[in-house]
Amino acid sequence: MEKSRYKQIVDKHTPKENRLINVLVCFFTGGIMGVIGQALIDTYSNCLNIPTKDASVFMIVTLIFVGCLLTCLGWFDKIVNFCKCGLIVPITGFAHAMMSAALEYRKEGMVTGIGANMLKLAGSVIIFGVVSAWFFGLIRIFIMGA
Amino acid sequence: MIYINSFIFCGLVCVLGQVILDNTKLTPGHVTTLFVVIGALLDTFNIYDKIILWAGGGALVPITSFGHLLIHGAMAGAYDYGIMGLFMGIFDLTASGIASAIIFSFVLSLLFTPKD
Repeated sequence: MEKSRYKQIVDKHTPKENRLINVLVCFFTGGIMGVIGQALIDTYSNCLNIPTKDASVFMIVTLIFVGCLLTCLGWFDKIVNFCKCGLIVPITGFAHAMMSAALEYRKEGMVTGIGANMLKLAGSVIIFGVVSAWFFGLIRIFIMGA
Repeated sequence: MIYINSFIFCGLVCVLGQVILDNTKLTPGHVTTLFVVIGALLDTFNIYDKIILWAGGGALVPITSFGHLLIHGAMAGAYDYGIMGLFMGIFDLTASGIASAIIFSFVLSLLFTPKD
C-alpha cells in the first residue's frame, strides 16, 4: 500500500514530456534541415557549375563541418535539447557523435585519447552500415545478378 | 516543389526517430544505427533512389543516405569485379563523409576545449 501510494505521488510530480509537441517540433526542425540541404545543393550546383551528384557531396561535407563547429562551441547540445531528433537523425548527429567523443577524450593525449576514442560513438554507424551493406549487396547479387 | 518534398520527407524521418526514442528504451546511438541499416535495406532494391528523385536534398540529409551510399558503392564495385568488387567499392561514395568527419573532428578537437 505504502509503495503504490509512493509511486502515485512520484508519478504525479515527475515532469511529463509532451510527446505530441516533441513530434511536431521534430517534424519542423527536421524538415528545415532537409530544406537547408536542398538549398545548399542548388547553391553549389549553380555557383560552381557542377552536377547535382557532386553538389550533394559538397552539401554533406558542409553539414558535417557545421555540426562539428556547433559541438565545439557548445551550442549543439542546447539546440538538441529543443529540437530532439530533428538534429540527431540528419548527418549533423553523426558529426556530433564523433566530435564530442574527440573533445571528451582530448586530455588523455593525442594517440590514446583522440585516436583511440574518436569512433567510440560513431563507430557503430560505420560498422553496422558496412556489414549490412555488404550482406545486402551479396543477397542482391544472388537474387538479381550484378 | 522539391523544397516542399524535402521538408516533408526529412521531417517524417526525424519524427520516426523521435517516436522510437520516446516509446522505447533505445538510445540515439541505436536509432542512428538502425536508420543506416534501413537505408541500406531500402536501397538494395532501388527504392531509395526513387525517394531521392522525389525529395532531393531531403533524402540525402538524414543518416539513411549513408547506408544508401554504402550499398550504392558496393553495387557499383560488384558490377565491375563481381563479389570481390563488394569489398573494393563499399567506401567509394561515403569516403568524403567519413574522411571529412574524421579530419574536422581531429583538427577542431585540437583547437577547442570541451565546454560544459
